[in-house]
Amino acid sequence: MRKQLPKDRIKNFNEVALGMSEEEALKEACRCLFCKKPKCSANCPVEIDIPGFINAIKNKKFSEAIKIIKEKNNLPGVCGRVCPQENQCEGVCALNVKDKPINIGALERFAADWENKNKKARPEYAEAVSKDGLKKKKVAVIGSGPAGLTCAGDLARVGYSVTVFEALHAAGGVLVYGIPEFRLPKEIVKKEVGYLKSLGVEVRTNFIVGINATLKELFAEGYEGVFIGTGAGLPSFMNIPGENLNRVYSSNELLTRANLMKAYLFPEYDTPINIGKKVAVVGGGNTAMDSARVSLRLGAEKVYIVYRRSEKEMPARNEEVGNAKEEGVEFLMLTLPKKISGDDKGFVKSMECVKMELGEPDLSGRRRPVVIDGSEFILDVDTVIVAIGQSPNPVFLKATPELELGKWDKIVINPETQSTNIKGVYAGGDATYGDDTVIAAMGAGKRAAKAIDKYLST
Amino acid sequence: MFKIISNKKLAPQIFKMEIEAELVARKASAGQFVMIRIDDKGERIPLTIAGIDGKKITIVYQVAGVSTYKLTKKKEGEALQDVVGPLGHKTETKDIGTVCCVGGGVGIAELYPVAKAYRSAGNKVIVIIGARNKELVIFKDELSKVSDEMFVTTDDGSDGEKGFVSGVLKRLVDSGKKIDLVYAVGPAIMMKVTANLTRPYAIKTLASLNSILVDGTGMCGSCRVEVGGETKFACVDGPEFDAHKVNFEELMARQLLFKEQEKHACKIRGILQ
Repeated sequence: MRKQLPKDRIKNFNEVALGMSEEEALKEACRCLFCKKPKCSANCPVEIDIPGFINAIKNKKFSEAIKIIKEKNNLPGVCGRVCPQENQCEGVCALNVKDKPINIGALERFAADWENKNKKARPEYAEAVSKDGLKKKKVAVIGSGPAGLTCAGDLARVGYSVTVFEALHAAGGVLVYGIPEFRLPKEIVKKEVGYLKSLGVEVRTNFIVGINATLKELFAEGYEGVFIGTGAGLPSFMNIPGENLNRVYSSNELLTRANLMKAYLFPEYDTPINIGKKVAVVGGGNTAMDSARVSLRLGAEKVYIVYRRSEKEMPARNEEVGNAKEEGVEFLMLTLPKKISGDDKGFVKSMECVKMELGEPDLSGRRRPVVIDGSEFILDVDTVIVAIGQSPNPVFLKATPELELGKWDKIVINPETQSTNIKGVYAGGDATYGDDTVIAAMGAGKRAAKAIDKYLST
Repeated sequence: MFKIISNKKLAPQIFKMEIEAELVARKASAGQFVMIRIDDKGERIPLTIAGIDGKKITIVYQVAGVSTYKLTKKKEGEALQDVVGPLGHKTETKDIGTVCCVGGGVGIAELYPVAKAYRSAGNKVIVIIGARNKELVIFKDELSKVSDEMFVTTDDGSDGEKGFVSGVLKRLVDSGKKIDLVYAVGPAIMMKVTANLTRPYAIKTLASLNSILVDGTGMCGSCRVEVGGETKFACVDGPEFDAHKVNFEELMARQLLFKEQEKHACKIRGILQ
């Protein structure tokens, strides 16, 4: 897929990947072998009929293509952009044996973008909603991220009256506060949320379940099923000296300021961000890559990724690592921060690190990094972004002591149905264990919707 | 959208706004705050709830930058884009004896619901408020109604006694007055001085911190502050903390993180700082 050139794109927040033209999409669709037993669909967490929609594109039936996708996926414009297709559909494509796989993500995006350009939110989907009188029951969805939106959409389509409660002022969860504009334009999220609203989903922003209403109060108000998709909104820090200095940010803060609050348009928008010239981003996941690339676009001259293991162990997608490298981000692997030093005004002046080497595999199967004694060095940076992970946001969980939590305060669920220990209450996404990508969260939302429908229909 | 019931000037650069926010009002208590966003381009700013009445909440704000300046231009009948809350822990107001409530600047308004709550819990309430001059002394009538004793200080002596709130507090403590709890809200430096004053007397002291926030729900960590050697988030762990354990130097340094940006934004909009 065509991309903006690195030298240009680091100066703007516009989308990096430019999408396929109709000609390119047709050509790509023609490469599909249309396998009898398509592994791609079997490996899609939301079970899209992939050969089906590719065939529709091949036959220039774009409207049909998006319809096939939307039978399973309420957020095609999002998934076409941010799914790790290389581990899912594209990873098992039969063409991998001899050639490169079909670019399924780009084709999905093409279909979604085609619809956005050619039609408004389509009411004919709403008409497909079941009018089954038995299903007029109310369901509450807590959190409007990918898990919640998927669950809400699927339930609305079979006739439930669904309300999504969102604590922030905009719907989308991590899609609006976390993933940067240049990977996922917020206009796309807005349109896909608009589509869910056209299915009858009500979205209530500025509503914090746990504060404005407790779980018990939701049931008392007539909600009969609840899905919890509250995400991983509590940033982890390293607990090293100097972490509260000015210009040390959690990736959550940097990204929320830049993405949700549009600090890159300051002072036209009112939210500021204070980024220095030399930035160290600590961590090796997609959030670290996003933070590094946002820092460049906010004017940093030098950006480092500081990661304690080697590049092979980095959880970030290869594509994102590649994008960051193309843009000039320097990767300091096998490096562990020890201490951040500040100036007399309390701003970051430098970060002391130590080199690591890989030892024996740990419980996660990755080789454990071990400190090399005497390898301390000073990294000359004036900004540090901590992107080492998040744990579930505690606001709702603390107000809901009856909910069973497991390791790292993640909600304990039955992985087949997403049900929690409370009757009628289901959970998925980053508030539970393991759903660490947008599409995994959506898969969980989908399973929960099926289970909630079953629970409320019997 | 959240309808503005009124927006009145109380003192130079200090305004009081009443907003219709039923969801917030229904659950709000003394000591809690809301996050507001004025319009589509607005930032999320924290404001302490200074009053709750039916579906209405009251906020009192001082012009400190672009957002608060924009707030002054909002008229009755217009609306704020977003209001969410109540956030933070509520003030625990058991009957503990005598509570001395200390407020400075715009913190005086924030002191009002707290003093009221302590009094209705059965405490004897002493209020000490301070401002630069007479014009800036706000909420005097309201506070006098919810206190057993009240002291006013001004830097120039134009109202009450000349000096700072700490002077009165020290005098009370030194005179042997029994004070079981001191509650401080106002500029960080005032809260720091208050904490330093009560520490040697081992009088339990709470401070309501005014950190920089973004989401206000524990998501970003912008408001982190060292309390008793541990990092806490003012939004979800506070905003009240044991003042003797708060690292006020760190709080004050962190409050200046965006000073240059704010200056710039004010300058290009022609807002005098």
